Order: sequence, then structure tokens, then C-alpha cells
Amino acid sequence: MVKRVTVPEGELTLLTDIDFTIETGASLAVVGASGSGKSTLLGLMAGLDRPTSGHIVVHGTEITALDEDARAALRGRLMGFVFQSFQLLPSLTAEENVMLPLELAANANARDAARNVLERVGLSHRLHHYPKQLSGGEQQRVAIARAFATHPKLLLADEPTGSLDRHTGEKVGELLFELNREHGTTLVLVTHDDQLAARCSRQLRLDEGKLVAA
Amino acid sequence: MNSVDRRLAWRMLRREWRSGDLRVFFVAIALATAAVAAVGFFTDRIAQVLALNANELLGGDLIVSSPNPLPEEWLTAARQQGLASARTVEFPSMVGGAQRFELAGVKAVSEGYPLRGTLRIADDLFAADRETTTVPSVGSVWAEARLLSAIGAQVGDTVNLGQSKLKVEAVLSNEPARAAGNVFSMAPRLLVRIDDLTATGLIGPGSRVRYTDLFAGSADTVAEFRKSVEKQLSPLQRMQGVEDARPEVRQALERARRFLGLAAMVSVVLASIAVALTADRFINRHLDACAVMRCLGASQRTILSIYGRQIGAVALAGGALGVLIGYLAQNGLVAMAASVTNGTLPAPSMMPVLAALATAAVTVIGFAAPPLMRLRNVPTLRVLRREMTPMTGGARTTVLFGATALIALLLWQAGDPKLGMWVVLGLLGALVALGGLAWIMLSLTRRLTRGVGVAWRFGIANLVRRGRSSVVQVIGFGLGFTALLLLSVVRGDLLDAWSQRLPEDAPNRFLINIQPSQMEEVKRFYQARNQPDPGFYPMVRGRLVAVNGKPTAEEDYADDRAQRLVAREFNLSFAEEMAADNKIVAGQWWSGGEAAAQWSVEEGLAKTLGFKMGDTLSFQVADRTIEAKITSLRGVEWDSFRVNFFVIGPPQALVDYPATYITAFYLPEDRGEFLTDLLRTFPNITVIDVAAVMTQVRNIITRVSEAIEYVFAFTIAAGLVVLYASIHATFDERIREAAVLRVLGAGRGDVYKSLIAEFAVLGGIAGTVAAIAAFLVGKIVAEKFFDLSYSFDISLWFTGTVAGALVVGVAGILGTRRVVSTPPWTTLREVT
Repeated sequence: MVKRVTVPEGELTLLTDIDFTIETGASLAVVGASGSGKSTLLGLMAGLDRPTSGHIVVHGTEITALDEDARAALRGRLMGFVFQSFQLLPSLTAEENVMLPLELAANANARDAARNVLERVGLSHRLHHYPKQLSGGEQQRVAIARAFATHPKLLLADEPTGSLDRHTGEKVGELLFELNREHGTTLVLVTHDDQLAARCSRQLRLDEGKLVAA
Repeated sequence: MNSVDRRLAWRMLRREWRSGDLRVFFVAIALATAAVAAVGFFTDRIAQVLALNANELLGGDLIVSSPNPLPEEWLTAARQQGLASARTVEFPSMVGGAQRFELAGVKAVSEGYPLRGTLRIADDLFAADRETTTVPSVGSVWAEARLLSAIGAQVGDTVNLGQSKLKVEAVLSNEPARAAGNVFSMAPRLLVRIDDLTATGLIGPGSRVRYTDLFAGSADTVAEFRKSVEKQLSPLQRMQGVEDARPEVRQALERARRFLGLAAMVSVVLASIAVALTADRFINRHLDACAVMRCLGASQRTILSIYGRQIGAVALAGGALGVLIGYLAQNGLVAMAASVTNGTLPAPSMMPVLAALATAAVTVIGFAAPPLMRLRNVPTLRVLRREMTPMTGGARTTVLFGATALIALLLWQAGDPKLGMWVVLGLLGALVALGGLAWIMLSLTRRLTRGVGVAWRFGIANLVRRGRSSVVQVIGFGLGFTALLLLSVVRGDLLDAWSQRLPEDAPNRFLINIQPSQMEEVKRFYQARNQPDPGFYPMVRGRLVAVNGKPTAEEDYADDRAQRLVAREFNLSFAEEMAADNKIVAGQWWSGGEAAAQWSVEEGLAKTLGFKMGDTLSFQVADRTIEAKITSLRGVEWDSFRVNFFVIGPPQALVDYPATYITAFYLPEDRGEFLTDLLRTFPNITVIDVAAVMTQVRNIITRVSEAIEYVFAFTIAAGLVVLYASIHATFDERIREAAVLRVLGAGRGDVYKSLIAEFAVLGGIAGTVAAIAAFLVGKIVAEKFFDLSYSFDISLWFTGTVAGALVVGVAGILGTRRVVSTPPWTTLREVT
């Protein structure tokens, strides 16, 4: 798989000759220096972007062949996301943020399901708080709850502990792996955190857009 | 899915509302709607008030005249529809007194006449007159002083009219139709009761009689009746409504409509800017949320539906509130209107409501929809890379889409395509000029940073660095200021210029029928009583018999007014010099008194009758025909109340024809004895009191000024919302930068200074450019549409620049004072 972009200075190759497979239920850490193409790879796997050439198959569906709306629907059905900057909707409460993917998937018991998973991440006392009123660790726990609320087959995490202090980061990492085990989710995480990467069953190292170790 | 969209939309809306983002949008929509609704209601009301005033000159709301009595069914229909009616029968007849007979214009009237306006009578010749609500008693007449003098009769005497002997009951001094019709062509008036008509034996087959039926009622009913009757009119029957008022009143009414249209347009422009700014900010703030939702599986349609619903709901609520405010505001006007009209006004129509809501809808669709559509294209990758923004070109779509919507709105609100087009062009020009000038001035500002403190440098550097968005902001502020300046300063100047057209000492009396042989004596009469020589103008009566050799006939003209003009005699005049307040719009005025026969024609008349330069007009004067070409077209200020003529020729052409002289002069109200003396000395002269017409024109000017002041309040509010929205639009960015400054060690004073520098320079530039734009638009509008001259006032420039810097500077500081009052770390964490 190859990804190139055109910039004013000419064409830039972000990723070249990437080819790998992850087994269901496995955990994969994508590591590498800044600018090595980690986030680009994650974006491609999530169907947020399209490769210049090559194919990506998620759970038997070739997402590279789908249009944007179909990929969005697939994401809603199969994937969960955790971001470095949390990406909670500021206009919704913790509970409503977690309900959002469930409601988009027309789940009739969205509220109950959201409460359950928020309880699981230890935030049952913060249901009606807005993101602004939560600490960084709490926000990321809401984001994790949101990611797991729909029982995704694939969880994609972009530097999930990158914005948190060491202690909080460790706890959030812990939570991520616990839920991964409980739900049997396939986990892909992009990280600079070697400790977090070491906990994954497999590691993928990128250097200047090339796969150097798998 | 729909219910999910709705639930999500509502849930987010509640929070957005509390966070204040949509409130500016809401206020902008509410104000826009309120302004348009208010202008709509005002225009509606004012038009009705003015129409009522004008109808007083006509004697009714609608009059139909014909050589034969009107069909009874029409009168029955009018009664059934709830209209009041009255009838007059007019014909010329000799009236005899003790000494002689004289030709009089006899008018027989039914009880109730006039339906609008009043008759004025005096109990004795040259006694003070008063208003009356009655008509002559059975067996009596009211006669004009001129007629009584001519036949040597007094109040109480008996006069002969046909086979009847009737008693003179009072002296008639004024009647409504006198000022409304062709005031200069009437024989002295004799008013008689219609019931006495048969006995005179004067009305028979073939007699030259004009039957006129007058109707009055609510505007709707009158319009309905007019519509039902109009189709059945025979060529001999002529209908007249307020539209056919005297040229002075017509011109004033026309100006009034334009002024109000202008006020409405400015409100629309302001509202659109505010909506565009707030919608854009709202959308920009939700790009992240959209990307996240796309990540979570939301389709493009879902996203559009969620945000579309939010904007739609707020727009709807704002629109409803606006209409309510507009409606409540017009109650104030009802009170105002009540002081000039005796009757009650019909309820305001629903049109302003619809117009206001349509404006809100078009504004939202034109200015909020394009940014909304951008949400569809939010790259989902934005969740990983924040710098990714939707495709560019969105801004261009907004401008194109919005501009189209705005132009459509302007043309609609102006109610005059040409005026609308000019305002649109003015605004487009202002837009381009604002952009270009802003760019140049920003570049120049960079040089200002030498030798100033770091805070100033930072503030100004910010402006320059954000070049593009600064230019957009200058345009936003600038358009807001342009509109405000246009309305405040220019409006005042326009209104002043307008009312100066009718100064306190504008002529209020016309004298007609002065014989050439009396001229010197009349002049001496003025001198002896310390009245300035008012200037006397010759008048030759002639009938238009041919245009370019082709005989004219009433039927050849479709237009009502044209038919009437052709049917009656023209008052031709001759002069060596053109009147100072006339203006040549085509061709040339002749030089010297020896010039060959030719015509100078008033442009409005030329337009109505389809005359062009070079056309040959033939007038029959007495038993001769004068044939000459049109060599110039003139613009005339009818509302100046000076003596003016539709058709003028050089002295050489007309001097040999029978002429009488006419003059107009100002008579102070306390010098009634001057007229009494004048009439005693020259009984053949007729005095026409145009004070009533002048009062109408003055009323129009006052009412409209008041209405504009009133509407102005809304427009100012709309302008302030624009300013607020402009500042709000870059609020996040500024607050963030200021926080960074403070983190880097800048003191609060430094932050203030940098903000002041940035906002004040921005405001100053916008204000300067706005002053230029407002002046240009004002000048074009004044000269092209109001026929008023308008010159540049340097204070406008000063006001623009200083007010711009001050208002934007202060508002900017107030808007961002949170930056300095909250710990910078909190600010940085909140605004992510």
C-alpha cells in the first residue's frame, strides 16, 4: 500500500510498501519517530483517508472500494476511536457523548448502555458534566467509554496517553487493555510511549514511511 | 434516523444556546426581521395616512366622473360593500345678479359632499372663513367672492340660475377638488344643492355636464370596489384615485416611498452581514465535532440534518420574535398617525409579516446555508490532523450565493428596480473598495510599527499577519459602518435637503386671471403694501391638436393621466430666461427673446405623452394654430410650489396671443387683509389657496422623517450586532494569542495595548473606507433618485475614522477582557 500527497514543493511519499495483517483480537502498536507516517497509517486503516494505491480490508470488507458515507457507516458499525486530544463534543455531556455513536447506530437503549460503560470506566458520578468540567484523564476515560460503547471489532487509538501525565497515562492505558480483553476487540494503537507499546502483542515500527520492523 | 437527528440537534442546541454561540445569530435574525417588519408596517401605515391626506384634496378615496350619471347598480354595490358615496354634477352656466350675468362653474352637490376634506365658507364678502360640514340648504347657493363681485351680489341676495331663483347663503372660499384639479382653468364656482338642479331646467339632453361620484371607505374595500368597477368603465367614464393627486403631492409621496425603501434595504444589508458572520463562526467552531461524528459513523446527511435543524430552529425563533417586535413597534406609529388623521386606520395587513419572514428565510438560506454545506466536506482526517480544513472555494460559494440572495432582497425591498440596482452597485463597489483599501492600508500600517512598544508591534503585526481575515473583518466592519453612516449622517442631510425644498416662506397663494392691462397696477399694489414683487408669468391657453402633424385624440393614449392631459387645455407660457430652479435634461434653452417658435417641455409630461426631442407639437390658441418643435426637455421641482409650466416657448412665439398673468407668493397668515384689499381692487382676479396642499406635502415630509427616525433605532441595533459579530468571529483566535502572550511574560497592560492597537487600527481603517463609501452611495442616491444636491462634508470622514477606531477599539476590549481577567492557562485549555 502506498500513500502520496502533492504539496507545493512537489510530490511527497508518506508511506511506501506497507503490507501487514492483524488477527482478530490481537493488539498492535505502531511506533516510530514524529513524521514517520504513524498517524497517516492509522487514518488509512480507519478509512478517514484513501491510499494512493493498494487495498485495505477490514473484517472482510475492502474499505478502499467504499465511498465516504459507506466508510462512515462501516466505522460506526465496526470501529471505535480514541484520540490524543480526546475529541469529545463540547456541547454534549459525558453521558451524551457516549450515547452519540449508539444513537447514530439507532440503538434504542443508548442511555442505559452509555451509563453502563461509563460506570465501567469509573465515571458514574460524572454523567452530566460537560467536557470542559472534566480533567484530562476523565475526558480520555469518557472517550474510551465512547469507543467501547458500540462493542467495536476494531479499536484505533492515536497517542491515547499523549496528552496526559505519566500517572494518569498509565491508568488510562491500563483501562484500554482491560476493556480490550473484556470485549475481545482488535486494538491498534499509535504511540510514543514505549511502556504502552510493550504491552501490545505485536509492534510495527515505521521509519520515513517504510515498515522497518514487524 | 430522523428522530435521532432531531434528538441530537435539540440536545446540542440547548447547550449551544447556553454557551452563547447561537445567541448572536438569533439576535441578528430577530433584529433583521424586526427592522424589515417595522419598515413594512410603517410603509404600509404611512402610505395609508398619506393616502388619506391626499384623498382630502380629491374629496374622496375614489372618484368616477362621466358625461352621464353612473349606473345605479354601481352605487348600490358600493353601498353594499360599505362605502360612503356622494355625487356632484358640474356644468358651466351663466349666473345672473342684480347688475350683470357672468359665466360660472356650477357644481351641484349631494348631502355628505365632500367625503374627504372640508368646504370652507364665510358669512360675508371678505369676512373670515371657517370649515363647514354641511352643503348649501335647499333653495340656496354658495358662491365664490369673485363671482359675487362680478355680478354685483351680496350674501342674502337672490341670483338667477336657469329658471330658478336661489338665495346666496354664504361665500365659498375653498373646496377640496379646487386644489386637486386643474386649479388654473376654472370659472368662478357656484355651489348648489343637487336637489335644486331639476328645477333650474339646465340639465337636458346634450348639455355639457360632468357627473362625478365620490366614494370613500377602508383602503381594502375601496381597492376591491375599484377593481370590480374598473373593468366596466366605458371610454367616457374616468376613474381617479390618490395616484392621480397633484404633481406636488405625487412627487412627495414618491420620495417618501424611496426613503423608506432605502431604510429597509440598509436593514437587510446589515442583517445579512451579521447572519453571514455568525453562521460562519458557528460552522467553523463545529468542524471538529463534525469530523468526530463522521468518525463515529454519521453520514453527510445526518450531519447536515443535525446542524441544519439547529440553525433552522434558531432562525425560526428569531424570525418570530422579530415579527413580534416589529408588530409591537408599529403600535407607536398608530398613535403618531392618529394625530394627523381623523378616521381610524384599518388593521395592518399581513404583508409586512410575510415580507419580514421571507427576508429572514432568504438571509439564512443565502448566508448560513453555504457555510453549512461546507460541513459535509469536513475531512474526517481532521480528528488526527487539526490543520485540515474543508475545501477552499466554500468562501467563494458563500459570497456568490449570499450576494445573489442579497441582491434579490434589495431589489425587492427597494420597490424600485433602478434605486435597488444603484444601491447594489454602491455596495458592490464599497465591497471591492473596502477590500482593496483595507489591503493597502494594512500594508502601510506595517510601517507604523517602527519605534513603538512591543505590544503595539505585536497587535499590528497580528493584523498584517492575518492579512486575509483582517481584510474580511474590515469589510464586515466597513459595511456595517457604511450603512450606519449612510443612515445617520447622510440621512439627516437628505432629509434636511428635502425639507429645505419647501421653506417656511414657500409660495402659499396663487393669483390667476390677471389681465395684461392690470399688470402695472397690480405691481404697484404690492409695492404700496410692502410686499415684494412676486414675479408675474404670462399664460396662454391652448389645446394640443396635433403631434408631428397627426391629430391627437384621447383614445390614442392608454394612460389615464395622458388622456386627461390631452383632453384639457394646456397653460402655455413664454419666457426669455429659464426659471432658476428648472434644469435642462435634454437639448438647449433658447437664447434671447428673438428666438424662433419652439417648445421646452417638462420631462414628466414628455414621458407621459411619449414626446421626444424634435417632435412637432401643434397648439390651437383661440382661432390660430402654433406649430413648433421640441428643442429641450426640462426637469421641474414641482414640490417647490413656485409657478411652473409644462410647455414654454420663446416670447416671439406667443407674445401676440391672448394671455393672462399668474403669480405665486407667500402671504403670512396674519396678513389676510392684503387679499381682501386685493380682491376689492381687482375683482376679476382669483386667489388660489395652496396652503392645504402645502400642509399635505409638509405632513408627508414630517411623517416620513419620523418613521425613518423610528426605523433607524432598529438599524443601529442591527449595525451594532454586525460589529459585535465581527469581533466575535475571531474571538477565539485573539483570546488564545493573548493568553500565549501572557504565558510568555507579557503584562496585562501589554495585552491590553496589543488588543487596542489591533482593534483600533482595524476600526479606523474600516471607518475611513466606510465614510468614503457612504458619501458615494449617498451622493448617487441623493442626486439620481431624490433630485437633491449633496456635497461632501469633511466631518463625515472624521466621524467615520474616529468612530470606527473608538467603537471597534472599545468593543474589542470589552469583548476580550476575559483574556486578561482569567488565568492564561485556563484560557488556553478552554479554547482548543
